[in-house]
Amino acid sequence: MKRTNKTLTNAGNFAAFMGPSLITFTCVLLIPLLYGVYLTFTNYSPITGSQDFVGFSNFTAIFTDKEYLGQFVKTLGYVFYSTIFCNVLAFVLAYLLTSNVRFQNFLRAGFFTPNLIGGIVLGYIWKFIFANVITLIGKSLDYGPLTTSFLTNPDRAIWAMIIVTVWQYAGYLMMIYVAGFVSIPRDIQEASEIDGATGLNKLFKVTIPLMVPSFIICFFISISRGFMSYDLNLALTNGQPYGSTRLAAMHIYQKAFQANQYGIGQAEAIVLFIAVAIAAVSQVLLTKKYEVEA
Amino acid sequence: MKNRRVKRWAKYILVCILLVIFIIPFYLMIINSFKTTQQFVKSPFSLPDKIDFHNYADAFEKMNFVNAIGNSVIITAISVVLILLTSSMAAYFLVRHKWRINKIIFAILVASMIVPFQAIMIPLVSIYGHMGLMNSKWVLIFMYMGFGQAFAIFIFHGFIKNIPIEIEEAALIDGCNRLQSFFKIVFPLLKPVMITVLILDVLWIWNDYLLPSLVLLSPKERTLPLSTYSFFNTYSVDFAPLMAGIVLTILPVLVIYLFCQKQIIKGVVQGAIK
Repeated sequence: MKRTNKTLTNAGNFAAFMGPSLITFTCVLLIPLLYGVYLTFTNYSPITGSQDFVGFSNFTAIFTDKEYLGQFVKTLGYVFYSTIFCNVLAFVLAYLLTSNVRFQNFLRAGFFTPNLIGGIVLGYIWKFIFANVITLIGKSLDYGPLTTSFLTNPDRAIWAMIIVTVWQYAGYLMMIYVAGFVSIPRDIQEASEIDGATGLNKLFKVTIPLMVPSFIICFFISISRGFMSYDLNLALTNGQPYGSTRLAAMHIYQKAFQANQYGIGQAEAIVLFIAVAIAAVSQVLLTKKYEVEA
Repeated sequence: MKNRRVKRWAKYILVCILLVIFIIPFYLMIINSFKTTQQFVKSPFSLPDKIDFHNYADAFEKMNFVNAIGNSVIITAISVVLILLTSSMAAYFLVRHKWRINKIIFAILVASMIVPFQAIMIPLVSIYGHMGLMNSKWVLIFMYMGFGQAFAIFIFHGFIKNIPIEIEEAALIDGCNRLQSFFKIVFPLLKPVMITVLILDVLWIWNDYLLPSLVLLSPKERTLPLSTYSFFNTYSVDFAPLMAGIVLTILPVLVIYLFCQKQIIKGVVQGAIK
């Protein structure tokens, strides 16, 4: 009797504490994810109403689609360059802003500001800067490459995306690196100084190895955000000119909701998911090797 | 010694130059929001001749600003309160009952955090569209609750793990049930970590574009990012009011940032490190 009573209380508590979380999580994330895997094997389209089983043909379709492959490679390049530049800049800023310069906190807060604003708005601000301000500077300096807008040149538009991405996230990653710098124990730094380590030597031999956890977090954030970048892409370039900046996430959106090929779009999304997982996990494993104990 | 001081000044000046480059976009946006489009195209760097709020009035009306900010506030506030409440309860239960099913649930939640939104977007739209559940704030709030769970539970879980069970035992012996013990004893202790989750979720939901653009189809339901987008697409030639529109959109966030920057920065960093 007592036992069933306890089981009942437990079940009641489980429902009360976990119920709302589990129901929303299942309805919004779990079921769509599983249904999404099923969709990749169908030719579902809400327009024609078709939903036939087509096996792996969606996957063969995307891997033989030259346009998609090209855009996927472009996305990889975008993620690679924005990750590298963003982390280098963030690390340098964090280094400068932990060496007791004046108004340190105020300066940090300033660099962080772009992170408070959504990609749509940031994209529009920069659209006007690339189109009007930079071209004007180019004209007054009489420097050819800057007189035409980055956004109208298929080779350079992707760099506009990279520049804005670096600008957007550098302040955020900087804060994580600042936390890393601050957490290095004082005595280790002093010991290394007594042993004669100075400047760059100290930075590469002492500081950076001790900050590996920060690097793991920052690379993880910039890689995963890069792959999912959509808002900024939509507002800044909208995939133009000539589809040269249509990154993976935007391609998925257009495939599904504009071309109405839900099956293929979903197959592309699953490929993106796998790419993010592989890139993020291998990054963590690679970087972990350099981790040292303080 | 002197060398050191020169070095320090060099660093300081370098940082200041970088900061100026960093915030120039905001400066340009503000000064140009007071000009006419012709002035703006001709000399974007010059200060406006006079402070004229004409562009603001224009943007305010065309963006349907009051309506949009109202929607944004309602959606963000209700979603975040519900996420905080439900996820802290779930995290508490997962910590205090080490059943096998709870361990499996927690593992699934943590693993789900790596799933990009794009992998869920298409089935989400087809399922909820099929059931006729689109175009409602409340469905959007329900979705945010679902998407917010994993991360919030993960953060709360890490925090509650370190709250000793002893402080609850007295209450349980005195006849409190689990719910009372949670709300009276554990919940008040969660304040610092609540603030972290609150800040991250507010920034996320307030600025989110893609999910609301899929769910909220009619103009009167639009949130701030959606109305900014449609404003830009409809009036893309007339730059000056667009700048005013942007200033209006980011002003609320910047004002809050001015007053709570310490907490915001701390919250964002804490959320990333954990």
